[in-house]
Amino acid sequence: MGELSIAKHVDYIKSLDKKKDLETVLTEHLRMSGAYWGLTSMDMMGHLEEMDKEAIVSWLLRCQHESGGFSGNIDHDPHVLYTLSAVQILALYDELDVINKDKVAAYISQLQQEDGSFAGDEWGEIDTRFSYCAICCLSLLKRLEKINLTKAVEFVAACKNFDGGFGCTPGGESHAGQIFCCVGALAIGGGLHHVDKDLLGWWLCERQVKSGGLNGRPEKLPDVCYSWWVLSSLVMIDRAHWINKDKLKQFILDCQDKEHGGISDRPDDAVDVFHTYFGIAGLSLLEYEGLKPIDPAYALPVDVVDRIFYSCEKKQPSH
Amino acid sequence: MSSSESDASLEGEEDEFEEEHEAEKWVPLSERAEWADVRPLPQDDGPHPVVPILYTPRFRQTMDYFRAILALDERSPRSLLLTQEVIMLNAGNYTVWHFRRLVLQDLSSDLLEELKFIERIAESNYKNYQIWHHRRWTAEKLGSAAMISELHFTEKVFSKDAKNYHAWSHRQWVLRTLGGWEGELDFCDKLLQQDIYNNSAWNQRFFVIKNSPYLGGVQGMREMEIKYCKDAIAVDSANESPWRYLKGLFKGDNEALVRSGAVADIILQELQKSKECIFALDLLLDLLNLGYEPPHDLIKSLGLDKDMCSAFKMATFICTCLKKIDAMRVLYWDWRLAAVVNPSDG
Repeated sequence: MGELSIAKHVDYIKSLDKKKDLETVLTEHLRMSGAYWGLTSMDMMGHLEEMDKEAIVSWLLRCQHESGGFSGNIDHDPHVLYTLSAVQILALYDELDVINKDKVAAYISQLQQEDGSFAGDEWGEIDTRFSYCAICCLSLLKRLEKINLTKAVEFVAACKNFDGGFGCTPGGESHAGQIFCCVGALAIGGGLHHVDKDLLGWWLCERQVKSGGLNGRPEKLPDVCYSWWVLSSLVMIDRAHWINKDKLKQFILDCQDKEHGGISDRPDDAVDVFHTYFGIAGLSLLEYEGLKPIDPAYALPVDVVDRIFYSCEKKQPSH
Repeated sequence: MSSSESDASLEGEEDEFEEEHEAEKWVPLSERAEWADVRPLPQDDGPHPVVPILYTPRFRQTMDYFRAILALDERSPRSLLLTQEVIMLNAGNYTVWHFRRLVLQDLSSDLLEELKFIERIAESNYKNYQIWHHRRWTAEKLGSAAMISELHFTEKVFSKDAKNYHAWSHRQWVLRTLGGWEGELDFCDKLLQQDIYNNSAWNQRFFVIKNSPYLGGVQGMREMEIKYCKDAIAVDSANESPWRYLKGLFKGDNEALVRSGAVADIILQELQKSKECIFALDLLLDLLNLGYEPPHDLIKSLGLDKDMCSAFKMATFICTCLKKIDAMRVLYWDWRLAAVVNPSDG
């Protein structure tokens, strides 16, 4: 079996902020998530200290708005997706105290709707992705009491389908990415009993195709990002052993650019930071040697999550 | 802006993009009289400026003027035109869409025109969240007047990408909010005729039988739908979608599943064709665990001896077969084997 080229991936991520190609221009508005993917990858590989923490945190704080929410970059509008990424970055750096947590919590709580769902921003798009962002973010801030958690969990549970999976709204097709969001939200929100673990577990392990990679829906191509979405969901419902771990490991390793670093969606495609993160996170769940273990629900290294919830001088866990 | 394919997507190449626009001859905003009074606002890269981005002059200038009108919060016709130019350059920029909605609202613009604009932008951006959200916002404002256009729009998207998640979400929203259920079961059938593996269409079919005010609900539709599954499975028994759909028809009603002769018929039909049909074996295993007494022809289809085959022995045999046939998931089948109930243990 090949190896994970950690040194190359570290160089690749470090080079990203200097790279200014068209892709960078077009993803400028989601830089906050890009930063989260890159920094979490660096932390899993044990190289977080090589990033310029001071510059990152000061830029991040400039993306916070009067409402308390964060935008994807300076000059953009706040959104719950980027608010979670910002909070995750601060968690990585153990700097959650630099923000006014109540203010962030107030931003998120006003996004909750009557039926328990969450809008992504003031424009009201509803999606279980946003339920996950809201619940995960508030849990990291220890402010879950600021929303109606019972209703939030009920809405996610209402998105469960006949095949055991979950969609973006009630009735929406099961999709591995949405399943991660829903199972993650239920895991953090104390609602895992809503999951038909055996039925969903089988649906998820059926996502593994001959090459060893995982797809996100039946009859779709495998993609490294599902190494995270599918596997983390399986871990959360204690069914990860139902897939062939060695074959998946090999598939992810085959998607590396061994010369220039980075990981792509499928072997021999172009790499990007999104798939680099998902590849490394998948390998971390597979207990790949040399990587920090990652928490399947919070999508942060386990030691970061432990530091937040189990440090002796801090409050009791809220999850 | 006339070209409908001119916006750059993430996969787009810059050169290609410039080429497409050549015919159009872009006039720099700094040379347009109607913009003479606006001072462009360059990007603020923060206190630790990174290496300057190599924007094309066009991209840079358009964004600089956009930042200027955003700072001024100028909701004018020229602002609307400018947001269009920015969207053509980068349809993923959600801030531009936000501002465009504010302008549309303030100007009470013709939203039917807006639907046409979205359609042009969408042609090369069917997976862009912002576009779909904007589409819904516009359709919601128009109300029932938009029902037909939205059903047509999604159908057009399916003709290019029949599994487009956004389009299916949009279509479900249209049905729930604006109506149009009458033809939906036929529509699902049409897409499944085109591609029997289309899991999105199967999901939609379930959505329709469960929610349509014109049909009898999942239970009322069960017999008809089992027949539909049977035909689909006959085409290819390795297609997981109809099998899952079939199980879904009996969700929460195990008793009916065990009693259903039609389901047992499908299993028999497939096992007689091949003893290695994973989904048929899986479903038979479910039935046996629920207390189903297998008839002789089913036992025979697996090559077993009818006299010495209890439900327990048969379930054990099936798991052992599946461990070999579906070796990648051997641990799953091991778990299923461990869960087989031995009546003599009870």
